[in-house]
Amino acid sequence: MEELIQQLFNGVFLGSIYALLALGYTMVYGIIGLINFAHGDVYMIGAFIGFFLITELHLNFWVTLVLTMGLCALVGMLIEFLAYRPLRHHGAPKITSLITAIGVSFLLENGMSFLFGGDSRSFPQAIKLVNFKVGFIHITNIQLLILIVSIALMVLLQFIVQKTKMGRAMRAVSVDQEAANIVGIKVDQTISFTFAIGSALAGAAGVLIGLYYNSLDPLMGMAPGIKSFIAAVFGGIGSIPGAAIGGWLIGLIETLTFTLGISSWKDAVVYAVLIVVLLVRPNGIFGKKAGEKV
Amino acid sequence: MKRNLREQFIWLLIAFGGWLIIDLLTFGGVINSFMLTIITMIEINVILAVSLNLILGISGQFSLGHAGFMAIGAYASAIITQSLPTIWGFFLSIIVGIVISSFIALIEGIPTLRLRGDYLAIATLGVSEIIRITINNLEITNGPKGIYNLPQFSNWSLVYIVACIVTLIIVNLIHSKTGRAILAVRDNEIAASAVGVNPTKYKVIAFTVGAAGASLAGSLYANYIQSVTPGDFTFMQSISVLIMVVLGGVGSITGSVLAAVVLGVVDTVLQNYGALRMVLYSLILIIFMLFRPAGFLGNWEFSVKRFFTKQKSSRENKS
Repeated sequence: MEELIQQLFNGVFLGSIYALLALGYTMVYGIIGLINFAHGDVYMIGAFIGFFLITELHLNFWVTLVLTMGLCALVGMLIEFLAYRPLRHHGAPKITSLITAIGVSFLLENGMSFLFGGDSRSFPQAIKLVNFKVGFIHITNIQLLILIVSIALMVLLQFIVQKTKMGRAMRAVSVDQEAANIVGIKVDQTISFTFAIGSALAGAAGVLIGLYYNSLDPLMGMAPGIKSFIAAVFGGIGSIPGAAIGGWLIGLIETLTFTLGISSWKDAVVYAVLIVVLLVRPNGIFGKKAGEKV
Repeated sequence: MKRNLREQFIWLLIAFGGWLIIDLLTFGGVINSFMLTIITMIEINVILAVSLNLILGISGQFSLGHAGFMAIGAYASAIITQSLPTIWGFFLSIIVGIVISSFIALIEGIPTLRLRGDYLAIATLGVSEIIRITINNLEITNGPKGIYNLPQFSNWSLVYIVACIVTLIIVNLIHSKTGRAILAVRDNEIAASAVGVNPTKYKVIAFTVGAAGASLAGSLYANYIQSVTPGDFTFMQSISVLIMVVLGGVGSITGSVLAAVVLGVVDTVLQNYGALRMVLYSLILIIFMLFRPAGFLGNWEFSVKRFFTKQKSSRENKS
């Protein structure tokens, strides 16, 4: 029982990372209907940027976090500008954009392997590890940091989307691009901003996971990328609270399979739960039911 | 009907011509064993791409689960030919693979095919990964180590023949009554069901036939490479088949065949660039998609029938 509760806590910490990544997927999908396969690789780039800022420039953790988020936002906007925007202006089919996204993902993974080698590196200990013990539960300060930073970022995101002018523009574009354009919203700029925010969150997740697992390599974004997309689907694509809940759910399922001793079936359990959720609620837990026009 | 038979005959003649060219070039020493391996892999990819195009292009269902069905075929062949190492054992294993994957496709398809677009893609991806993880954890499949030292029953010419037959079957399916129903469901589900076409039924037919094709390709693959591991059938394998279909043009069978050939050649050329290989590959992919969003051929299809009627009509015009 004690171990189970301990694992549940670990699941929440791991799930926060998935949730941060899932937010990026859900926002981009919500606004242009594209599974941005390169999102997981932006997270990898974030971990690498964090690594270089700390080891080469000896910056402190918080400065690194903010700078990484800024640089990742630029990377995201650049990807959108170079790869997705031309296709969107052509009115290319959705599947073409998807293949382009896969191409960008390959390019980032293999480009980084080519430039920096495919070996995994160890992430510097920017914050000294401290162990807490609350009752029988072990918690480290890094786990707490992950949880607090992710929740703070999610609240900030919710505020941006719901309360600011740019957020209103984002919601308008996600409902109807053409109509948004007619009422004077700069659609391209809004989409670019969405990519910037999503990528900044991925960058933050990259630095945090680097700190948590102490390692980074060019292919580190593949598995979490897919899993956090699943988290977004769980919650209902396009819904911000849904992505957060989905992320935590996946984190919990993963750590629970460890406790039950079936960790080699970890991913299978995640997928099985996903399929069941989709069959019961085809648009995810918080997804809006889209009526079909005849 | 008679006319149709003539076209099929011309098709077979063209296919036989291709076989003869490869055979003669091998005999003459122009094609070495390294190139034959590439040709065989291209032929296997043709089977995979054509069968996925039936699901994706013709039936309009976004499946990311092709690798799972391929894995079933490959492992069925690996396990059966291990204990029954004859050519008949191999043929039996192909049939067993097809039966199992069709069955799984049927069970998977009936509930999931009502999901739309990307939700369906993720669900099929999930089933494919569950298949792979199951193989990874079972005793009979030798877990993550996989099965080695299989007898080599498939060779380039067998795979060539099978690829032609699969293409012929799928093209004929598309032009049949069932095929027209599948196309109707793709173009407008509501309209199709209004005229009495059951959407789920025709989606499941296309999905099951596509899965059977993938399983067949898997069997041929296992007994050509002579080893199988669960790592061969990850999500990346589904993605690589998807890339072929989109590159060739979604809905164009000719395009799928062309893309499988072109990608095979590009891959071979890029092998000379070592570490840069995948970087160049992804750049080519992105740039190609930016400049030809609809793929090589869009939904254009090579047709013997049109080819001949066109010539005939132009002749009549002259006289």
